[in-house]
Amino acid sequence: MQRQPYATGEMSRRSFLRNTAIVSSAVAAMAAALAPLRELDEFPSLEEFLQKHYKELTPEEMDRILKRIADEVEKEYGRRPEIKDYKPLNGVQFVYCLNLTRCVGCRKCVHACVAENNQSRSPEIQYIRVLEMPNGTFDVEQSEHTYQPPAVPREQRYYMPVQCHQCRKPPCVKACPVEATWQEEDGITVVDYDWCIGCRYCEAACPYWARRFNWAKPRIPKDKLNLNMSYLGNRPRKKGVMEKCHFCIQRTRAGRYPACLEVCPTGSRKFGNILDPESEVSYILRNRRVFVLKEEVGTMPRFYYYFDV
Amino acid sequence: MRRAVYNYLYFLWRCVRLIFEGDWRYYTWIGVLLVFMLLGLNAYMKQFVHGLATTGMSDQVSWGVYIANFTFLVGVAAAAVMLVIPVYVYGNRDLHDLVIFGELLAVAAILMCLAFVVVDLGRPDRFWHLLPGIGRFHWPISMLSWDVIVLNGYLLLNLHICGYLLYCRYVNKHPAKWFYIPFVFIAMVWAISIHTVTAFLYVGLGGRPFWNSAIVGPRFIASAFTSGPALIILALQVIRKVTDYQITNRALLTLRSIVQVSMLINLFLFVNELFKEFYTDSLHVASARYLFLGLHGHSALVPWIWTALALNLAATILLVLPLSQSLRYLNVACVLAFVGIWIEKGMGLVIPGFIPTPLGELVEYQPTLNETLICLGIWAFGFWAYTIFLRMAVPILQGRVNRNNEDRPWSPEEVQGVGPGGR
Repeated sequence: MQRQPYATGEMSRRSFLRNTAIVSSAVAAMAAALAPLRELDEFPSLEEFLQKHYKELTPEEMDRILKRIADEVEKEYGRRPEIKDYKPLNGVQFVYCLNLTRCVGCRKCVHACVAENNQSRSPEIQYIRVLEMPNGTFDVEQSEHTYQPPAVPREQRYYMPVQCHQCRKPPCVKACPVEATWQEEDGITVVDYDWCIGCRYCEAACPYWARRFNWAKPRIPKDKLNLNMSYLGNRPRKKGVMEKCHFCIQRTRAGRYPACLEVCPTGSRKFGNILDPESEVSYILRNRRVFVLKEEVGTMPRFYYYFDV
Repeated sequence: MRRAVYNYLYFLWRCVRLIFEGDWRYYTWIGVLLVFMLLGLNAYMKQFVHGLATTGMSDQVSWGVYIANFTFLVGVAAAAVMLVIPVYVYGNRDLHDLVIFGELLAVAAILMCLAFVVVDLGRPDRFWHLLPGIGRFHWPISMLSWDVIVLNGYLLLNLHICGYLLYCRYVNKHPAKWFYIPFVFIAMVWAISIHTVTAFLYVGLGGRPFWNSAIVGPRFIASAFTSGPALIILALQVIRKVTDYQITNRALLTLRSIVQVSMLINLFLFVNELFKEFYTDSLHVASARYLFLGLHGHSALVPWIWTALALNLAATILLVLPLSQSLRYLNVACVLAFVGIWIEKGMGLVIPGFIPTPLGELVEYQPTLNETLICLGIWAFGFWAYTIFLRMAVPILQGRVNRNNEDRPWSPEEVQGVGPGGR
């Protein structure tokens, strides 16, 4: 087959004009399609893009990353945070005990948690969900999530706060395709926010609805930022990654109580080391009527509910 | 060796050129698809900039139409095997020359699946974390890591089989059996595996009773083997209409019996599921109740699932009646089955699994316009991909685009001495 050479100059000019029109409209359409990119405000630097998984980082690399995060936070919020990579303490396994007889459903824990852990305020992300339950059932489907009475507790109701149960057999950890979430030595299941790809399979896997996703860029008022930060805990997150309750790593791994416990006005919340037989939680597990939520799913939570009587 | 590479690259170059050749119908079709693809791309750019908040998803319903379409299309991809098995296991002659169209459809479907997964990611820039050996691949524990392997493996298998057979046809060479038959048989098992693994994504979640049911896997396979061949029946008739490629009615009717049987099995498994849920009537029935009847005044999915059921039933009746031996009625049945299963498996399986939440909260889901545009864009991309695959494959299979009629301007001596049958 021989290609036909163009017969006249006019033909070639016409086809040239036509091709130019096609190519330029294609370029214009493509540019219009890509136009929203002009509003892109955060794009990962090459260093961030190539950052390795938490468990593969050397101490020097971690120092560099912590410095970078501190720089970023300072740039965005105008104040420099104290950020550390808190490691699990030897001989410690944390458990949480929650007294259903005492809880009045005031939700102070919910808001203390948001303030402590630098959750996005708009849209607001909350790790703790308090269920208002009618007396006489454990069926969560009968619970009220958005109760707003003038005063709590209401008659004929009891209150059951739910947060991450830090399962011994965590389905979320099994689900993650990139090991961005795992269980630490002290029993806390953590997320490497810099490794998560945002597939949300862990969120689907969790039987306690304990995981939260950053559907948009998290927004925190500058004066509300908690400057005591940890890498696996409450440092500000980015858009498109998963987060969850981590028992306030930045406090509990430094010998303090979680924020939700400290703020509780009724003393319903108890936290401690289950490996220490003298601890308050060990006493409760030995002597009180204790149960775990959804025991049948076999996740073996480290979060226990109990009754006073 | 260098010449072989050179020849192969020239073959690819001719294939690419074929994409730009066609009549006004072809250009109109491609133009319409491109418009939808660009609209989808634009919508995705908005999502990329502002996050998944541009979708209707929430922490309560954390997967939506992206994953629903993904799940459905894995089934379409797997269904190529329904052409392969009759030909390679039972020696069916009618379907023999059509297998490649099924495999190309599988390739297009897998490309759509991958696109649907990528648009669902919160951090698509970290995609490399999923690459085995480079990222940190949670294999064999995470079912999603299995899905990455089986889907990409299936894509490569089909690309290899189609690509090799087409190239052999192009250079007038008999394909070497050892170089493709083993892969054909691997691909058969692999096709079942892609949809089983996708079912296991859901089945493995103990906290979601609606999905945590052993029948989900078999139901996936049965519905896939209905909707996939139904689409192939329609596609083959389009091919027959717009090209002069020979496709016999007998081939279409062979596929009809496959769709027929699969649809009956699909309905049977569906009834099993319904019985288990509603007769037991335990607390776990909540999601199914929400889907079919509505729960505490929430009933967004009820019209959808009953539409799906009506479509599936109508398709079944048409398929079992001799009426559908006429192509017109067969086509109606195929469209009904395809749409019915798309709703049943997409909206009907993925969304109610999240409603109510594990803590008993009822939050409904409605896709946004932006989300819908992204879906339409990916579907348009899939149709575009399948169209250009066919645009390349049909003239090669017919011998109209062949080694013998190459018009390489730069090395005419290459062409000489190469007759039919090759070197």
